[in-house]
Amino acid sequence: MSLAQKPKVPGAAARAPWTDPDAKPFIRIRNVTKKFGDFVAVNDVSLDIYRSELFCLLGGSGSGKSTLLRMLAGFEQPTSGAIEIEGQDMAGAPPYDRPVNMMFQSYALFPHMTVAENVAYGLKQDGVARAERDERVAEMLRMVKLEPYGKRKPHQLSGGQRQRVALARALAKRPKLLLLDEPLGALDKKLREETQFELVGIQEKLGTTFMVVTHDQEEAMTLATRIGVMNQGQITQVGEPREIYEYPRSRFVANFIGDVNMFEGRILVDGVDHAVIASEEAGAQIRIGYAVPGREGDPIAVAVRPEKITMGRQPPAEAENVLSGVVEDISYLGGVSHYRIKLASGKRVRITQTNRDRHEDPITWEESVFLSWETPSGVALSS
Amino acid sequence: MRSGSFLLIAASLGFLFLYAPILSLVVYSFNDSRLVTVWGGFTTKWYGEVFKDTALVNAALVSLRVALIAATLATILGTIAGFVLSRFGRFRGRLLFTGMVTAPLVMPEVITGLSLLLLFVGLEQATGWPAGRSATTIVIAHTTFCLAYVAVVVQSRLAGFDRSLEEAAMDLGARPLKVFFSVTLPIIAPALISGWLLAFTLSLDDAVIASFVSGPGSTTLPVEILSRVRRGVSPVINALATLIIVVVAAGFLIASLMMIRAERQRRRDEQKALTGK
Repeated sequence: MSLAQKPKVPGAAARAPWTDPDAKPFIRIRNVTKKFGDFVAVNDVSLDIYRSELFCLLGGSGSGKSTLLRMLAGFEQPTSGAIEIEGQDMAGAPPYDRPVNMMFQSYALFPHMTVAENVAYGLKQDGVARAERDERVAEMLRMVKLEPYGKRKPHQLSGGQRQRVALARALAKRPKLLLLDEPLGALDKKLREETQFELVGIQEKLGTTFMVVTHDQEEAMTLATRIGVMNQGQITQVGEPREIYEYPRSRFVANFIGDVNMFEGRILVDGVDHAVIASEEAGAQIRIGYAVPGREGDPIAVAVRPEKITMGRQPPAEAENVLSGVVEDISYLGGVSHYRIKLASGKRVRITQTNRDRHEDPITWEESVFLSWETPSGVALSS
Repeated sequence: MRSGSFLLIAASLGFLFLYAPILSLVVYSFNDSRLVTVWGGFTTKWYGEVFKDTALVNAALVSLRVALIAATLATILGTIAGFVLSRFGRFRGRLLFTGMVTAPLVMPEVITGLSLLLLFVGLEQATGWPAGRSATTIVIAHTTFCLAYVAVVVQSRLAGFDRSLEEAAMDLGARPLKVFFSVTLPIIAPALISGWLLAFTLSLDDAVIASFVSGPGSTTLPVEILSRVRRGVSPVINALATLIIVVVAAGFLIASLMMIRAERQRRRDEQKALTGK
């Protein structure tokens, strides 16, 4: 088994296969559309996934992410377009003939079989000999730390244990691609965090390509090598978690991932290496550190993350990216505080500040404040 | 405690209403008198008479055989029908099909019996089969009406069935037929067993349809009893009825105890799983 490791260390990302034009994608989804009657569930999606990736499809309900997953598993056939796994066209291949296994959201453990029988089920279908089967089942149960539970029935397990059985069963056949449908959705918060790390650990150990569907952006950020954000049947942006968060390419992505302040405005100056945007909402001119698409006068939005804005009683030295307003609301959370500032235009801006110092004189309700951010922090969004 | 005593009286009266007739039947089965309604002392001789009465014993055997075969056939066919009803989604004529499968549930038995009799007679004239009325024709008739009950039971079980279980099996490499036998069937087995038991009981009970389609050599127990009662109730029938009640009650008791025990075990297991060890 090849243990091609993905770069998990920051800085090694330059070597990632998706940045290498010569790298051969492991899974190719080309112009796939799926219609149910008149309803278009998946709309012309193209996506390349590389070996040993942990790819997250992130989207709300009805965004088409589950339909895309079901097409990879073979439960649905694309209306048009093609899916290739390791160069092999999957058109018409039924689920039982694909090198793909799936972990279901409901886990779908067979209630009439023991844990060991559940894990062995796929191997049995492949005609794996008894001795090897037992060995492989034991290995899988060891991996998910459920060795003593082989003889139990699924209803004799807790939610977290069931989740691990489902994972062991889906991995027992050593699939080329493992599909995970909301793998942590049914677990409570604490267990979910522990399981996230376990899942990544197992994925790195086996080197299997994982494709996770989730609606939970935090989960996607923690797990993924890359995230594909889906909306209304289309993939709106694909990128590494950091890239998606720091450089969203549309209003939808900026809003969907994390909190954001969005200022609507028009392009005032479009230079070679910068742009200036006039925003009535912000009551100021906003400077962007790069050339924006579109011509002067075109409508555009600027997105600024709450933690990138600094706040003070005195106006900062710079002239651009400075707003003023009144503190409307504060929520103190210990480590951080959230502020809501009301601008003259009535627009409300959210700010997050880490409470590094014990201020003797903290900014409080109804105070007038100045807000500012560094030019690279603003992102211009035309779509 | 006025309401308490009222409830007690109401419950007693209700149970009296339900069980007094059965109790009197049991009591009179020990009556040492040919006249059913006159008490003539205690005896158990009628129980011996039951087993000496070959006609009665034969009828009981026919009934059992018919019920066993009919219930099994009805379960197989009814399962297929129930599967189709719950799985094929909306096909053209689904409503008609549903109606046709379940119609025997509400059809008066006299009509079912009569129509089957006409069918058998017509078939015999046209093809020579079935030759006269026999246990075979009763089996066919009972299968027909029991099938509807099994189909309804199976369909309602499948309505609450998690389809992802079947998808998981298929995903793990099982072909559709294998999925059905290794996953679907074992999971819905309890519904099949209760469907079978229901069909068995219905077949054993039926006197009306059987009296239309039974032949001279193949009388079922209810038909035999009915024809004897017409000539006057004999204490032998009382004894037989008591025996049937004992068997049924024992069967019911054992089944309930088993279910209670299984339920307790399941609860304990779940408790264990929740507490972690």
